[in-house]
Amino acid sequence: MNEMTENSTVGYMTDDGRQIGGTMMEMKNITLRFGGVVAIEDISFDIHEGEIRAIIGPNGAGKSSMLNVISGFYNPQEGEVWFHGSKRPAMRPYQVAQQGVARTFQNIALFKGMSTLDNIMTGRLTKMDVGMIGQAMWWGKAAKEEAEHRERVEEIIDFLEIQAIRKTPVGRLPYGMQKRVELGRALAAEPKLLLLDEPMAGMNVEEKEDMSRFILDVNDEFGTTIALIEHDMGVVMDISDRVVVMDYGKKIGDGTPAEVLANQDVIDAYLGVSND
Amino acid sequence: MAQSNAALESIPALLARNAAMFGDKAAYREKEYGIWQRWNWGEVAGEVEALALGFLNLGIHEGDFVAIIGRNRPYFYWAMAAAQSVGAIPVPMYQEQNAEEMAYVLGHCGARFVVVEDQEQVDKVIDVQDELHQFEHMIYIDPRGLRKYDHRRMHQFSHIQEQGRAARDEFLPELKARIERLNLDSICVMLYTSGTTGKPKGVVLSNRNIITTAQNSCEFDNLGPGEDVLAYLPMAWVGDFIFSIGQAYWTGFCVNCPESPETMMTDLREIGPTYYFAPPRFFEGQLTSVMIRMEDSGRFKKWLFDKFMGVARKYGSDILAGKSVGLKGRISYALGNLFIYAPLKNTLGLSRVRVGYTAGEAIGPELFEFYRSLGINLKQLYGQTEATVYITQQPDNDVRSDTVGVPSPGVEVAIRDNGEVYYRSPGVFVEYYNNPDSTADTKDAEGWVATGDAGYFEKDTGQLRIIDRAKDVGKMADGGMFAPKFVENKLKFFPDILEVVVFGAGRDMCTAFVNIDLTAVGSWAERNNVAYASYQELAGHPEVYSTIAEHLEEVNKSVAQDEMLSGCQISRFLILHKELDADDGELTRTRKVRRKIIGEKYSDLIDALYSGKSEIYTETEVTYEDGRKGSITATLEIRDVPVVPVNQKVAAE
Repeated sequence: MNEMTENSTVGYMTDDGRQIGGTMMEMKNITLRFGGVVAIEDISFDIHEGEIRAIIGPNGAGKSSMLNVISGFYNPQEGEVWFHGSKRPAMRPYQVAQQGVARTFQNIALFKGMSTLDNIMTGRLTKMDVGMIGQAMWWGKAAKEEAEHRERVEEIIDFLEIQAIRKTPVGRLPYGMQKRVELGRALAAEPKLLLLDEPMAGMNVEEKEDMSRFILDVNDEFGTTIALIEHDMGVVMDISDRVVVMDYGKKIGDGTPAEVLANQDVIDAYLGVSND
Repeated sequence: MAQSNAALESIPALLARNAAMFGDKAAYREKEYGIWQRWNWGEVAGEVEALALGFLNLGIHEGDFVAIIGRNRPYFYWAMAAAQSVGAIPVPMYQEQNAEEMAYVLGHCGARFVVVEDQEQVDKVIDVQDELHQFEHMIYIDPRGLRKYDHRRMHQFSHIQEQGRAARDEFLPELKARIERLNLDSICVMLYTSGTTGKPKGVVLSNRNIITTAQNSCEFDNLGPGEDVLAYLPMAWVGDFIFSIGQAYWTGFCVNCPESPETMMTDLREIGPTYYFAPPRFFEGQLTSVMIRMEDSGRFKKWLFDKFMGVARKYGSDILAGKSVGLKGRISYALGNLFIYAPLKNTLGLSRVRVGYTAGEAIGPELFEFYRSLGINLKQLYGQTEATVYITQQPDNDVRSDTVGVPSPGVEVAIRDNGEVYYRSPGVFVEYYNNPDSTADTKDAEGWVATGDAGYFEKDTGQLRIIDRAKDVGKMADGGMFAPKFVENKLKFFPDILEVVVFGAGRDMCTAFVNIDLTAVGSWAERNNVAYASYQELAGHPEVYSTIAEHLEEVNKSVAQDEMLSGCQISRFLILHKELDADDGELTRTRKVRRKIIGEKYSDLIDALYSGKSEIYTETEVTYEDGRKGSITATLEIRDVPVVPVNQKVAAE
């Protein structure tokens, strides 16, 4: 099981001068089927340490399925997922989370009745040692631990500039803000790999700009590797280092934004041939 | 305060005194990471010294300008004190300014150093730095997102402090020598006026201006080291400088900085300042939100609120002013305080306010009374940057909504023949930087400064009343004084009136154009089942006319009481068929009425107002938001309003 991957690359330098590390995660010949439907067909790509990796493609291309494979929600019928140089066995999502992978969802999945603060606090769950009874008693170690976690959560609140909604129930927040809270919860887990499923869907231009800045800052400040799905091509091309393009479950392009934009298959998928 | 003033001739000297006298007392608080962080005066002295040493390490000269751009944070206040310590001059700037406006100010003062908050400001400065020949170093507080930037001219605030601490032995003698050289005539700060007319001007204020003014104003209101203020108004504004630096350093009180602009209301509640300033629109916003929430509350709560607010209106102001109030009134008020006023004040964050000020524009009497009747000592002051804020202010026991108080300590105020208010004080600014012509225009050889406002002193109370901008004040045909804004402000306090333009200069009576407030009148229409298809139709509705006529009649009664301006009662009016609009050039971008343009554009309507007609057909050009032009036509009704006859003798006076 724990054999070293044979093609662990050494990384590369981006145009803006950031050093990207070696391979963090590698997807090898992944195929995912739901009954007779092939959602993902024989796809391979890698994610390097410290990069912002985008997965794009038209609706129904299999992007979210891919993300679900990475996060352990789906186990592919064929293919292997390699993480930090070892092959990952079939895992439950919480086990993947414990390995340092956190995510946000396309349709916001927050606790609507809980405050921003409490929602982000739930992101710390995998880091908490004290059990349920200990936390209920809230004495000694539990209290001390909560203070430590709260400190970390406050740093995230500060980072995402959401101080004003700290105590507001999430259900009362506008959509763009909820997206930000969800990002906050994912960050609270201090992930090594952050998966963002359409972080900018349904946002206006200003909210998109804010979110783009936060994604870049997360990458820059915490060194977090980010894999994201996004529809807005402008955003994708601006912020990502490398892009995987999917169409009908197949990979049709992979490379830097400039390379992908010049790829005829990609142009066809997006512009030339109608997919609707 | 019992202290020797001899050596306290600069902000750094005051800081040293505070560190020695109140070393352990809170000087600054800032909410960060959800908790109020606290620095005492001893710590502040250390922070400021470290930064000043860091400035020296970067090669700052005496007389250099240090621009400060950001929201209210302790670090910026320290940066100002540190700049002063090395003999440089802090120039706090508005953070919302765009890059070009910023470039003008930075270029005008030739700032060598710029202290900014974060990436947003860094980017703006980088955008314009090529135009700035003197600019050398930028110091930022928040490093986020800046890692990849070219750091040859950029430094992190904390790093500069570390370098300063490391080089303490080397630079401390120089720092001490520079602080020693500061005296009352050294420049303390330079503040740019907002520049509604033309380019911003740099107002140079000396240590004498700031320290004497701080001393006088603290004595006037008995401010001591125990006060808490919330620093939330722009640092570029003179008021923030005098409150958060001048008075804070003079008395040693604590300056509290909000976590972010959006959390200001929560932070206000948590701090509960004892000394507080807010512009009228702020109080208005607070009152509106209280009223909306009361409308939504349960019937019993609403009843209790209304009942006790009635009691407050009746007795509150008198109790606050220390006048005699009967036992019944006092008991009712005490009950009200228990059930309503105290919890309400707590919600508003005003429980502990001992001295509160509002200024900047006229405040509605009802609004003002609301806060006073709750037992909040809200007062008015009148001032400007060139005066280091204070020209007049209201003493505790003599507060009214329609005056701005008596001359502040040390200030002489004179009314010249044209009604314009002039003042002379220790706070009068040194000069406009690099602008001797403007300086000479504003300040005469004897040190008198023109305010540009017209006003007069009330005979019996000695309080100043500001009636209008001096250039707008005229005479009526009978020689009586004509001050349009005085009447307009009274009318605009009615929620259904959005804008009023009063005419009457050189005429024998006053007339007015009225703009209704679509939100307020629209909601009235909805409640009363009045159907309307357009603004124009609603504006011309007979019932709307009647309501506005009632307001005018009421205002006429109040204007008639004013011995100098009783001639300004409105005899005839019409409701305009369109809203006055900045796109049409009728208002400035800050929503001030442009009288001349309106007078020309609607000359047919003005003629009709003075001709005795009862209606007028008109065609008006309008500009749409996309710049296209169109025109609207309307037949407007003109109504007469009853005027209170005025004692002829007074009018002729």
